Amino acid sequence: MSQIIVITSGKGGVGKTTTTANIGVGLAMRGNKVALIDTDTGLRNLDLLLGLENRILYDLVDVTSGRVQYKKALVRHKKYENLYLLPTSQIKDKSAVNPEQLVKLCEEMKKEFDFIIIDCPAGIEQGFKTAIAAADTAIVVTMPEISAVRDADKIIGELGRADKENVKLIVNRIRPQMVEKGDMLDMGDIDEILSVACIGQIPDDEKVVVATNRGEPAITMSDSVAGQAYKNIVARLCGENVPFLKPQKEGFFARLKKLFGLL
Amino acid sequence: MLDVLKRVFGMSEKKSGTVAKERLQVVLIHDRASISPEIMEKIKEEIIGVLSKYMNINRTEMEISLENDSDSVALVANIPVNSMRHAK
Ligand SMILES: Nc1ncnc2c1ncn2[C@@H]1O[C@H](COP(=O)(O)OP(=O)(O)OP(=O)(O)O)[C@@H](O)[C@H]1O
Ligand SMILES: [Mg+2]
Repeated sequence: MSQIIVITSGKGGVGKTTTTANIGVGLAMRGNKVALIDTDTGLRNLDLLLGLENRILYDLVDVTSGRVQYKKALVRHKKYENLYLLPTSQIKDKSAVNPEQLVKLCEEMKKEFDFIIIDCPAGIEQGFKTAIAAADTAIVVTMPEISAVRDADKIIGELGRADKENVKLIVNRIRPQMVEKGDMLDMGDIDEILSVACIGQIPDDEKVVVATNRGEPAITMSDSVAGQAYKNIVARLCGENVPFLKPQKEGFFARLKKLFGLL
Repeated sequence: MLDVLKRVFGMSEKKSGTVAKERLQVVLIHDRASISPEIMEKIKEEIIGVLSKYMNINRTEMEISLENDSDSVALVANIPVNSMRHAK
C-alpha cells in the first residue's frame, strides 16, 4: 500500500521543504520508491535542496494541464536512484493547479510509488487546498515559537475540516540551551497545546544550511544532529518504534549543579 | 528594591517559555471559537428547531453570539418566549 503524505505548516519558513527533502532521501535510502511533488508553484525550491535544479525539463503544470505525461516530467536523483522529483513551475502561480488535478495525478502515480510526498506552500489558500487534497497523511511542521504554533493550530483545524484524520507533528529548530533556560516552548508545552501525535523533534543545526548549500540533505551527513532526527522520523514512518533523541544538551552550570547534587 | 532582589534570585520574572505557553493557550481559545456566519446561522436554526417543540419563540428578536472574555468563550443566547406550548 502506498502512502501519500503532505508536508504543511501554515506559517512560512518553518522547514517544510527541508523536511520533504530529508524524508524523501531517507525513505529512498531504505529502498522505497519515492516521488516528491513540489506544489509551491511560483516559488520552486525543492529542486535546489536536492541538487536537481539543472535537470528540469517539464514541471507539474505541464503535467496537470495535460501537456506531458508525468513520467516525462519526473527528475530521477543521481545518487538515490529510487528518488524522483516532480518539480513545479517557477513562472505560473498557485491557481495553475487545482485539487482535482492533483488527486487524479496522485491516483495514477500511486501505482508506481511506495511513497508520494507533497511539499505544500505556506498559507491556507488555494495552494494549501490543492496540496492536501490527495494526501492520506498530513505532517504539520512547526517551530517552538508562539506564532508558528498558533498557525499550526489553525492548519490542524483546517485539516480536520477537510476530513484528514491522520495528522502528525514535527517540531523543527529546537534550541536545547534555550529550552533548558526556560526561554523556549518545550515539547511538553506544544503537545499539551496542539494534542497531535509528534513524530519528530529536530534541533536547530547549522549543518542544515551547509546541506542546503550543497544540495545534499542533512540526513546524508553522519555528523548532523538534525540529520539524525530526520533518520528517526523516517524510521517511525516505516513503522519502527524509535525513542526520541534527548534534545537536552547539558550546559556547564547544569553539570556543575548536578555534580553538587543540586538537580 | 524588592524587584531587584527578586530578579537576583530569579523569582520575579516568569520564564519567556512559560509566558509564551500561557499566551498561546488564551489566543487559541479565541482562534478555535471563531465560527463562520454560515455556521452561526445553522446553530441558530437548530436551536430554534429544538425550542419550538416546547414554546413559541420570537425569532425576530432572538440573538445568539459568541462572547470572548480574556480567558474564556461563552455562547450567549437571548431568546424571547411568546408563549409556552402545552406539555404532552
Ligand atoms: N533544523 C534546522 N536548523 C537550521 N536551519 C534550518 C532548520 N530547518 C530549516 N532551516 C532553515 O530555515 C529556512 C527555511 O526552511 P524551508 O525552506 O525548508 O522552510 P519552508 O517551510 O519550506 O519555507 P516556505 O514556507 O517559504 O516554503 C532555510 O533557510 C533552512 O535552511
Ligand atoms: Mg518551502
